[in-house]
Amino acid sequence: MISVGLFNYWACMVLMMIGLYTAIARPNLVKKLIGLSIFQVSVFLLYITVGKVSGGTAPILGEGIEAYSNPLPHVLILTAIVVGIATLSLGLALVVRIGEAYDTIEEDEIIERDIVND
Amino acid sequence: MTEILDIALLSFMIVLAIAVSRMQNLFMAAMMTGIFSFLSAIVFTLLDAVDVAFTEAAVGAGVSTVLLLGTLSLTTREEKIVKKNNALALLVVLITGSALIYGTLDMPNYGDPNAPVHQHVADRYIEKSGEEMGIPNIVTSVLASYRGYDTLGEVTVIFTAGIGVILLLGHIWRKEDEQ
Amino acid sequence: MKHESIPRVVSKWFIPPILLFALYVQFHGDFGPGGGFQAGVIFAAAVVLYTLIFGLQAAKQIVKPRIIETLVALGVLLYAGTGLVSLFLGYNFLDYTALDPADPPHGQHLGIFLVELGVGITVAAVMIAIFFAFAGRRRLR
Repeated sequence: MISVGLFNYWACMVLMMIGLYTAIARPNLVKKLIGLSIFQVSVFLLYITVGKVSGGTAPILGEGIEAYSNPLPHVLILTAIVVGIATLSLGLALVVRIGEAYDTIEEDEIIERDIVND
Repeated sequence: MTEILDIALLSFMIVLAIAVSRMQNLFMAAMMTGIFSFLSAIVFTLLDAVDVAFTEAAVGAGVSTVLLLGTLSLTTREEKIVKKNNALALLVVLITGSALIYGTLDMPNYGDPNAPVHQHVADRYIEKSGEEMGIPNIVTSVLASYRGYDTLGEVTVIFTAGIGVILLLGHIWRKEDEQ
Repeated sequence: MKHESIPRVVSKWFIPPILLFALYVQFHGDFGPGGGFQAGVIFAAAVVLYTLIFGLQAAKQIVKPRIIETLVALGVLLYAGTGLVSLFLGYNFLDYTALDPADPPHGQHLGIFLVELGVGITVAAVMIAIFFAFAGRRRLR
């Protein structure tokens, strides 16, 4: 039997760092938002991993089931996912407006244009 | 068996995330993000979070991909080629990452039933929610009743985000549409 | 998509089951996995599919944007209203025992049903409104 041990947490951290790098190093605004959503998924995974109980089952009450996984992280993350898509769409709407105003969605070109306009 | 699946899926997610991060074609990156979300939904199912997996599959793989593609069709399809790697960003990320991984060394092992997180309110929800709420899905009773105030806040956030998008991108209805 | 007959025919077969599934997820969320958040998104996905296949104008004929904008607020109102009802009946805010003090689990069940319905309405309406806002915007260049 392979033991997972702490692997899930490490995988979450690696995903989180990939997301963070994409968000801060890539100049494209859509790419930044994609990076943020990768970051978001890694946080979701971290919470759900914490809630897992070995030998447990999904937290829906039934006959003859003794162990359930912790339902609390599930509740928190369930709402966080939908809030995440709502905020992602707000960010994308901002990107669309920035693209229309500056004719580009690359961060460095936008800053250049701002300096020229001043 | 589920352990092997868990490790394999998470490794595949890391590979996908790196691919998305390096990809120049934004259309492909958006589709890959959809696949990434689907994989995470499978991992959620393995970790017993069926409700979360359900939501992630519908939201992450469905709606968010459509919205990303919609944005790309309104702006640009190709990312500008970045020649130099951003050394400062890489340094920041590496330092933060190693600090976080150092932090996980004290965490309880995967699936440990004695972990501190299971010692607080969760037991009460599992034991009492059946008789107090009369419904078998514990996630629903915690979501809507025990933590109803919290969920009201989340719904308000979604409402506000919707209003924000409508304000930014213009009214979704016009007079001529309805004639 | 003017001449794509296969997606048109297939989507006509798919959209009614998707809508039905959304309602099932909404009202069966107490017993199995599901609830307002998932149901709202699935319902919106059906409308998105319809818009992708038949175009925005056709979709706006069926799903009136004016009604969608009203529903966005109505769901939150239903949620907060349920809380206010229990407040005015002398219980705590969002304590659904107030809805049926003689039989608390029944009151709770009713409260959860109403609140999930509010969540479902808001989520579905917001997702449809966001999609319509993106789809209705034209490229300026």
